[in-house]
Amino acid sequence: MAVITATANVLAHTPGLVRYGSKPVRDLGRDPGLVDTIGRHLRTYEDALAYPPTQAYVGGIEPEQLRSLPRPWFTARLPDAQALGPFGDVLSEHEFLGLLKRCDRARLVQIDEETLDGASRALAERGLVTSVERDALTPSDSRSIDDAVKRGEAIPLWLGSRVVGSIARGHEEDDSLTANVLLENLAAKTTGVLALRRLFRMLDGRVGPSDVDFVLAGSEEAVGDRYQRGGGAMAKAIAEDAGITRATGVDVKAFCASTLYAVFNAAALVESGVFARVVVVAGGSLAKLGMKYRAHVAASMPIVEDVLAGIAILVERDGAGPRIRLDTLGLHSVATGSSQQAVLEALVMGPLGKAGCRLTDVDRYATEMHNPEVTEPAGSGDVPTGNYRLIAALGAMRGDIPRDGVKDFIARHGMPGYAPTQGHIASAVCYVAHACRAMAEGRMRRVLFMAKGSLFLGRMTEMADGVSFMLESGGQRS
Amino acid sequence: MDLEGQGRIKQAVERAGTDNVVAILGANSPAAVEMTALTLKSGDPSYAGPLAGIELGIPSFHILEAAITEQIDPALYERELALPALAMDVDEVVKPLLTIREN
Amino acid sequence: MIDLKGKRVLAIGERDGVNGAAIEACVRSAGAEILYVETQCFV
Repeated sequence: MAVITATANVLAHTPGLVRYGSKPVRDLGRDPGLVDTIGRHLRTYEDALAYPPTQAYVGGIEPEQLRSLPRPWFTARLPDAQALGPFGDVLSEHEFLGLLKRCDRARLVQIDEETLDGASRALAERGLVTSVERDALTPSDSRSIDDAVKRGEAIPLWLGSRVVGSIARGHEEDDSLTANVLLENLAAKTTGVLALRRLFRMLDGRVGPSDVDFVLAGSEEAVGDRYQRGGGAMAKAIAEDAGITRATGVDVKAFCASTLYAVFNAAALVESGVFARVVVVAGGSLAKLGMKYRAHVAASMPIVEDVLAGIAILVERDGAGPRIRLDTLGLHSVATGSSQQAVLEALVMGPLGKAGCRLTDVDRYATEMHNPEVTEPAGSGDVPTGNYRLIAALGAMRGDIPRDGVKDFIARHGMPGYAPTQGHIASAVCYVAHACRAMAEGRMRRVLFMAKGSLFLGRMTEMADGVSFMLESGGQRS
Repeated sequence: MDLEGQGRIKQAVERAGTDNVVAILGANSPAAVEMTALTLKSGDPSYAGPLAGIELGIPSFHILEAAITEQIDPALYERELALPALAMDVDEVVKPLLTIREN
Repeated sequence: MIDLKGKRVLAIGERDGVNGAAIEACVRSAGAEILYVETQCFV
């Protein structure tokens, strides 16, 4: 039996990187003056920390508690917001920059002394870096940082209004190794490493880096070079900087469904006996920072897409934790087709049928959990609710719930969106930590995780994709 | 509507003209539907995209509007549209289009 | 109000609503031709 025994949900607050998000960087290319507009709408760390969806993500509150908080949530600052939530850290930007430098094996990153010192101390206080690691980093002087930027070889890294560092390109002619691409990849690596280091802290010695047999990474970056743009193996890079030595790792790529695919693959490796302990890790998506910034600026809102998210999950053979059911996976085959109904039959009804469950036998559905406060001002609607309505409507069509029972179903089995719009992170897997906690506390027995991947965006197919699995507390059968 | 989409649509109508061209939308939120319809009628309202300032005058309908669904093969309706029709508040989603088409 | 027969359609679907392929199939059945198909993904 493959069970989940530990999960870390982490965030790094990176307002200085919003300018490098895909949408902002393209707009800034056309209109550099926008940088002031963006700057005026960036949040402080304190505001980001106290933001209710932030606390929901790191486990300080449950997502359902967001229902009782008045919108807009960015005005409802939570008073006891912890920089280390039950599920993981909310790193401030200077701490993130210090960890970025820590993860920089190719010597691309320069960070000035003041920032690096402060970061190293803070990270050490969090128990995330050792003193040996702290002392091993060499700061750069401002001259060297500015020169690299002036020569066009590097892009600046900001802390507020100050340039405190830079990251260099990897090659003069390689589009896959520009400074922007490398920053994106290194940011994903750094937040993956953050999540994994926090996971080991949570495990408190029961399982250490040397006890891990294999690593599966499922995030959204593309690590490679001009001859192979998406080479991958971010898993191994993350493993190295999380102190893992005995294992190797590999990436799982399926657009936003990547992480969920990685989880069931980890479970399969464990349940079949290939490995005893597999870690799933996902770093954050720099490209998605500030994606809807225009709408937020227009609505006089802070730019809340200013956090990079990471997740790390430990899957083991037996142990204290819910099991991943491999006998009721929801798969969107090529033959499934694209009709909304066919997709949901494949991802929800099929698995329920195989498990002998009714729609209402699942305590909670975790679907695309994007924070609606991000998406609604941009006209993109409330994504989780849209997904819940589809599930409920299908249930109503099949007679599993009454026709007028949609609202009630969503209230009981759904929840408000809370995840940062970090693609794969928001796609169901952000709820694993909460589900495990709820099951350990006896509040839930069964949760269905369903993620979608918009494959058609890559133009290799018009198909979409999705995957689902059920998590059940130990010893529970239907 | 995203800029790449605007660019591709602009290309398509540049080649083919706008005679007899209509947009049929499938979004599940009134705001998304409204933004797309406005862009196709009078240009990108955010003035950021290839359709900024370009008034294509293309009318938009939602696939779930009664006037559209009644023309669709019933078996196809069952397979593709019955579920979304139940899941979204069709009247709410279609509302912005009525105003935009009128003016 | 509108006769789809002979119309040239921009089919702009959305992943969590009605997607582009579904719109395409449906309007073809009503006699329209397709000028452009897309499925928007807002996240």
